[in-house]
Amino acid sequence: MTQNAERILDHNELFRQPEYRSLMEGKKAFEEAKPVAEVKRVEDWTKSWEYREINFKREALAINPAKACQPLGAVLCASGFEGTMPYVHGSQGCVAYFRSHFNRHFKEPCSAVSDSMTEDAAVFGGMNNIIEGLANTWSLYKPKMIAMSTTCMAEVIGDDLDSFIKNAKTKGSIPEDYHVPFAHTPSFVGSHVTGYDNMLKGILSHFWEGRERKPGEKVNIAGGFDGYCVGNTRELKRILGLMDVDYTLLSDPGDVFDTPADGQFRMYDGGTTLQATAEALDAKATFSLQGISTAKSLEYAASKGQEVVALNCPIGVTGTDAFLMELSRVTGKAIPDELELERGRLVDAITDSQAYLHGKKFALFGDPDMTLGLTAFLLELGAEPTHVVCTNATKEWTEKMGNLLAASPFGQGCKAWPGKDLWHLRSLAATEPVDFLIGSSYGKFLERDTGTPLVRVGFPIFDRHHHHRYPIWGYQGGLNVLVKILDKIFDVLDSDPKGTSFDAVR
Amino acid sequence: MSDLRQIAFYGKGGIGKSTTSQNTLAALAELGQKILIVGCDPKADSTRLILHAKAQDTVLSLAAEAGSVEDLELADVLKTGYRDIKCVESGGPEPGVGCAGRGVITAINFLEEEGAYDGVDYVSYDVLGDVVCGGFAMPIRENKAQEIYIVMSGEMMAMYAANNISKGILKYANAGGVRLGGLICNERQTDKEYELADALAKRLGTSLIHFVPRDNVVQHAELRRMTVLEYDPESKQADEYRSLARKIHDNKGKGVIPTPITMDELEDLLLEFGIMKKEDESIIGKAKAA
Repeated sequence: MTQNAERILDHNELFRQPEYRSLMEGKKAFEEAKPVAEVKRVEDWTKSWEYREINFKREALAINPAKACQPLGAVLCASGFEGTMPYVHGSQGCVAYFRSHFNRHFKEPCSAVSDSMTEDAAVFGGMNNIIEGLANTWSLYKPKMIAMSTTCMAEVIGDDLDSFIKNAKTKGSIPEDYHVPFAHTPSFVGSHVTGYDNMLKGILSHFWEGRERKPGEKVNIAGGFDGYCVGNTRELKRILGLMDVDYTLLSDPGDVFDTPADGQFRMYDGGTTLQATAEALDAKATFSLQGISTAKSLEYAASKGQEVVALNCPIGVTGTDAFLMELSRVTGKAIPDELELERGRLVDAITDSQAYLHGKKFALFGDPDMTLGLTAFLLELGAEPTHVVCTNATKEWTEKMGNLLAASPFGQGCKAWPGKDLWHLRSLAATEPVDFLIGSSYGKFLERDTGTPLVRVGFPIFDRHHHHRYPIWGYQGGLNVLVKILDKIFDVLDSDPKGTSFDAVR
Repeated sequence: MSDLRQIAFYGKGGIGKSTTSQNTLAALAELGQKILIVGCDPKADSTRLILHAKAQDTVLSLAAEAGSVEDLELADVLKTGYRDIKCVESGGPEPGVGCAGRGVITAINFLEEEGAYDGVDYVSYDVLGDVVCGGFAMPIRENKAQEIYIVMSGEMMAMYAANNISKGILKYANAGGVRLGGLICNERQTDKEYELADALAKRLGTSLIHFVPRDNVVQHAELRRMTVLEYDPESKQADEYRSLARKIHDNKGKGVIPTPITMDELEDLLLEFGIMKKEDESIIGKAKAA
């Protein structure tokens, strides 16, 4: 016995013990595994140009796509409204996945319900599940609103949420005037950012339709699907407060995914109030910090007569400048000195570290707006983005990314890869190596496989804690991203085995 | 969008639904209406008479080629035929595989998102057979078709299908705005056909909006892949379709929530008109030799 109750080994240690080693040898022999040298030969071949060309001819198969499905986004969006329970019409397992995904990223509980469609619901339709599910959700969890989305199963059989919800009200599951906005979110179309957009549009149209717009002076701010929503929304509130702007956040999940450990469980916390959501129709303009990820909601806001301003994840100086100047133009409020000071400090920080950033090559992957924002920041640092992979890219992304890269001397050596996955990125990193990789936790496998150090920026971040508490937007956010990149650069420099310049000062 | 009139034709397969709908819509186009036909049938033959050809480029066949629906452009699938009637076919999977119902949902969502409904007066959905699953109920959903017209005949199975379709409509009508516009009887020259169709319509709480007589000119036109309105506009049959078109046009907002009947009631109706004989219980299950 290599371990006992007094001495528990972690799995790394445990599997190195003699009995596990001999077990593995036996398993290999039983499975007639290829010799180590042959495995190595094939592995090396998969990193060759020859394999890359075969890999990029792939048509019908995706390997590790850097995206998730629509209802995941719908759940995040719905969580950002006051007392709202995200309700997913469909299979239970899907919702377990959404909840665990957010648990692992935010290290917080995530409340969402499903109406557990099973075989009989697939055959007879899911109306009874909605009738019972709404009644249960309402009586058990007492939400102020239930925001409904769908999984693939409900979509394939063509369940109609609008009529099913009305029928549930007729049958007395929930009161007639109870708020149940909904969005059809087929998982096999688009990605989690599309689902977020659909849910946001569903909630806005629920409150806005049939209401007369009385244009006012407030502005709406939508964040879109954002893994940094805890840090980012707080930073947005601080900036808007400094500028004295009267605003409504369209979905604010910052508090519900950052509840304090004070002995009280909060199923719901914070969020945009239902009244503010309804009154958001009267806003002068709607800003989106992630325009591609909220395209349909913006189009809807525009159809109601609002001005819309779409940004693409403003990371760094230029992005934040554009956000603040647009905000100032629309609201007529001046940009205060404090923010100008912060800008100056970020520029100073970038200049201080310039020597280490200049000419460093990066490969990036992530959501459309995120990759645009990060690429813009890298160009501004004088770093050289080289491969940008966006699995859930849109035509707009491809065009904007092309323009962004063309406009900077540091973008000339870069190629954008819309619709490609992480297995494509592996080929890229193996054949045209870069200095660093930027992306979510799923990038760690590429890090090990290709020896490219990973800077974690994106969603999900499962294997590092509390990143989501720090903003990436605004000048402060830019500083955070800058430090993440620099820390990795210095760590790599210090771990250089040659060690000829292992200095205390960098 | 509020002025847009959306209607749908349902009915048992082979009843002449596509023929009736295309002729009627051609007559509506004569009245100056701008029309879009959305064929919701994997066979993609709902627009054949308007286009003089079977539409090859269906939404789903092109989407399958391009990889996804998002890669399609509206212009690839929207064809213009007789009297500038716009035509789209959803298409769908080969028989025996996949899910045709989901195909209908995908195609209609695509058309709405791409603005296919802008600038037309009428959208007409032509839906195959029964409302067999949620996908084929897509045109009945809120903010889609306001009135459903059921094409039927005096045959037992056609009446059975009409009753079933009414059940489908009822599911959505209580909560939403969809209504049954009426029955259209496509004459098969069965016994007491008009009386029977009229009686069924009354039992369903609606009316027999038109009785389209059988006329060989329809077949002559079909052979030329044309509507009667185009092939022989002076014919009596063309006037029948004009009259039906006028009735549908004037029927706006007059649809009803249907009152479908049970199978027993339907059989009673056939007995009442002497179409079906009272069952002789003694002969059931007995082979000829016995």
